[in-house]
Amino acid sequence: MDATTGDTLIEVRGCRQSYHKDTNADLLVLDDVELSLREGEIVGLLGRSGSGKSTLLRIIAGLLRPTAGEVNWRGQPLTGPVPGIAMVFQSFALFPWLTVAENVELGLEAQGVARAEREKRAEEAIDLIGLGGYESAYPKELSGGMRQRVGLARALVVHPDLLLMDEPFSALDVLTAETLRTDLIDLWSERRLPLKSILMVTHNIEEAVLLCDRILVFSSNPGRVAHELRVPFSHPRNRLDPAFRQMVDDIYAVMTRRAPSLASPGTIAAPPPEVTTTTKLHAVSTNVLAGLMETVAAPPYDGRADLPALAAALQLEADELLPFGETLQLLHFAEFEEGDLRLTEEGRVFVQADTDDRKQHFATALRQYVPLAAAIRRTLDERWNHRASSVRFLDELEDHMSPEYAEETLHAVISWGRYAELYAYDEEAAQFFLEADAVDASG
Amino acid sequence: MSSTLTPAAMNHRRLPNTWDLAAFVAVLGVLAAVAAAARGTVMPIAALGAGTIHLDPRYLPGYALRTTMRMFAALVASLLFTFTYATWAAKSRRAARVLIPILDILQSVPILGFLSFTVAFFLRLFPGNVLGLELAAIFAIFTSQAWNMAFSFYQALTTLPADLEEVSRGFRLTGWQRFWRLEVPFAMPGLVWNTMLSMSGGWFFVVASEAITLGNKTWQLPGVGAYVAKALEQRNIGAVFWAIGAMLLVILAYDQLLFRPLVAWSAKFRVETTAGATAEDPWMLAILRRTALLRRGGEEFGHLVGFVTGLPLRLPSLRRTSERSPTSTMAGDIVFSTIVAAIVAFAGWHTVSFISQTLHWSDLGQAVMLGGITLMRVVVLIALASLVWVPVGIWLGLRPAWARRVQPIAQFLAAFPANLLFPPFVVVIVTFHLNPDIFLTPLMILGTQWYILFNVIAGAAAYPGDLQEVARNFRVGGFLWWRRVIFPGIFPYFVTGALTASGGSWNAAIVSEVASWGHTRLVAHGLGAYIAQATDAGDFHKIVLGVVVMSAFVVTFNRLLWRPLYHYASRRSVLG
Repeated sequence: MDATTGDTLIEVRGCRQSYHKDTNADLLVLDDVELSLREGEIVGLLGRSGSGKSTLLRIIAGLLRPTAGEVNWRGQPLTGPVPGIAMVFQSFALFPWLTVAENVELGLEAQGVARAEREKRAEEAIDLIGLGGYESAYPKELSGGMRQRVGLARALVVHPDLLLMDEPFSALDVLTAETLRTDLIDLWSERRLPLKSILMVTHNIEEAVLLCDRILVFSSNPGRVAHELRVPFSHPRNRLDPAFRQMVDDIYAVMTRRAPSLASPGTIAAPPPEVTTTTKLHAVSTNVLAGLMETVAAPPYDGRADLPALAAALQLEADELLPFGETLQLLHFAEFEEGDLRLTEEGRVFVQADTDDRKQHFATALRQYVPLAAAIRRTLDERWNHRASSVRFLDELEDHMSPEYAEETLHAVISWGRYAELYAYDEEAAQFFLEADAVDASG
Repeated sequence: MSSTLTPAAMNHRRLPNTWDLAAFVAVLGVLAAVAAAARGTVMPIAALGAGTIHLDPRYLPGYALRTTMRMFAALVASLLFTFTYATWAAKSRRAARVLIPILDILQSVPILGFLSFTVAFFLRLFPGNVLGLELAAIFAIFTSQAWNMAFSFYQALTTLPADLEEVSRGFRLTGWQRFWRLEVPFAMPGLVWNTMLSMSGGWFFVVASEAITLGNKTWQLPGVGAYVAKALEQRNIGAVFWAIGAMLLVILAYDQLLFRPLVAWSAKFRVETTAGATAEDPWMLAILRRTALLRRGGEEFGHLVGFVTGLPLRLPSLRRTSERSPTSTMAGDIVFSTIVAAIVAFAGWHTVSFISQTLHWSDLGQAVMLGGITLMRVVVLIALASLVWVPVGIWLGLRPAWARRVQPIAQFLAAFPANLLFPPFVVVIVTFHLNPDIFLTPLMILGTQWYILFNVIAGAAAYPGDLQEVARNFRVGGFLWWRRVIFPGIFPYFVTGALTASGGSWNAAIVSEVASWGHTRLVAHGLGAYIAQATDAGDFHKIVLGVVVMSAFVVTFNRLLWRPLYHYASRRSVLG
């Protein structure tokens, strides 16, 4: 597929998306994003959750208006949804009260297409996507894969030039997702899809390498295009091809090297990043952390694991594995190195320890490397009643990040502190407090 | 089939704020204004020709039909109100700030106390015409139905699934298409359920509104309610039982022919990812779905509806506030708030000046004291009813075979207008010379106790089987089982039921604290009796005062007790 000769469909320039906060400076979701999309190519937006890639997709769909910057559709400024762009959703977004056929016809109905014509085109799209015979079924009677096929047919039936896909396969099980990917790419290669181009959002590295001609890797906080890669393989692609594997490895390395909120774009490697009381934390369960460290410490990894292999063995996607690794790195239990995860000395000691000692080690790491946890404990020690409202910590977090992130960070610090028995938390009163024995120990 | 949904107003978590107070004052101001307007018009109206009611049971089917027609006329009005009012509130941020608190207050105002004004008001609109009386009755029913329907619709509109909303925008559905393809279907299950509850409440009002006494005038509309009023006047207990029988049949028909099929049908609009266990179609729906001819007709009708609702009509779109500049929004807000404040101030002043024309502080004191007595009644009755129905409901709910059979009966009893059942009780009280202060009291909860029962049944039926097994496995029994195992599990359901029951009881107080049998009148002390007596005397000032005080009681009671309890319950009983 020759990607360079086609006309430009979408052009995004200097796009920035922030949302307004009442009290403080605006929070940036996307910053200075450049993107252009030509006919005949499949482009993937790859990034962690929270990197703003879904936001960018919605801007291109005309569902959101960027705070600043330009979006041009076929040379004209884009001001809202246009007939030439259709979208497929992660959640399928099917109307449960409409049958398969009625769902597919929805877009045509909005265009005012007559009933006979509508039914004919819907029939074609349904057959193309392999759903013939299911026309009168309701979505809840279908499996996940079938539902996403309906979502695909609904988008294709309006004959859009550009198809947007928002993590279309991530809500499906592994086998179903693979079948759907293969079917999609076959139809695309045979040029049977009434499309000029596809733009898809994914956090699955292999999926991006498998389907896309070009991959834009996003960094987070705020979202930026950190890397652009061209995928040189022709379809159908072989996942086991060494070159394919190497590309997946490289992308892992790129993504861990530029760990969001830890380093600014451009810096290589990960010098101990500056962590403050308002650094975003991942709400990762301590059980998962311990389990991950045990896995990496044990054979065949013996303290150093290749990320793609580890992800495959644990049946995790990059998007899920990376927060775990980053949290370990934050606590100095492990480090990323060239697409690998390596246990530190502290990590090894933790793995060897029994339950009570593990809690001790975890508490030490929290106090040393997680300023927010340390600050909470300090505050509690200073208070006469050893209680402190969580609201003030949450408020301060919200000044630096979105409410959802602030919530997640607070959740993380509550859960870790409880595990380490550094402090306790009263959910009803939304207060941190010290248990009696903790007070004695500190007193 | 889930048998209960939370009351619409409760899901919507809002802390009381100045908007509530403003709405309270504004609503009362309007009521006072209507009262003032109505006052001058009561006397000149001559007795209407429609006033002759025959006690011969042969007339009953006709009366029942007219009563039912009134119900459905009011239902249509309520639906229109719901679609416009709630849509307006959902699409405009500013409108919502006023409209929603107003709705909330209107839900709590014992509208029965104002029946006399609305009658007078409509009679004035159509002087000497029976249409005015009909409209007054329909309006009374409307006021008992519309609020919670509008609330549930508003709530649905504000919680539309984001992805479906994006699909609609992405395909550029017009406002009209979006309304019928997305918004109405999504709201359907809650709306149908609330409509059913509304209709249940409506029977009570239709019976009460067919025979209105104001001052020395009495108006009667042909219907079951008027029939019963006449029977009471003539001390004809046989006729009362005929009326009860007729009403039983009517409600049974409405339940079986209309609402069972509707509720089952509305399940298809539920947004759920898995195909849940589907209950069997009610027989009526099965007939509709499986009879070829009816099916064909239904399909043609469906095509027509699909065509009309699919028309690419543009509705006047209320622009999203986010697209405006912040400064103009702020300026607009200030202007808006000022106007609202002015209206509220005027309404408040109007209410106070209307009441204070003839009344003193001592009247207020008296009304508040009587309110306290009625409050005591409500509290005692809810407690007693809970003591009885919670154990019964749990027992039934944990036995699915029983629950399935009893649940429809409990819902049916909740729909039955309890005021039709008053006369036999009154006869007993009169015959045995019982103390009305005590023995009139149970009438308040006669119709509303069933809400407690059917909610508790639903809660117990939904109680997780594995938790029951845990309790059995560890042999948790006796009081511990009640305290730790079952009661916390059904608590949210119980609160929902008790809340509905208590709201209904306040309203019922107006008709149940005063009762008559021929020329014998029984009066209990309480705010309900105060309002009823003021109505009989045609004393509009006292009626307004009574209703204001009662509204204040209900609103305070809801805000200080039920709402916090409800949130506590719903927070505690969910995992994660």
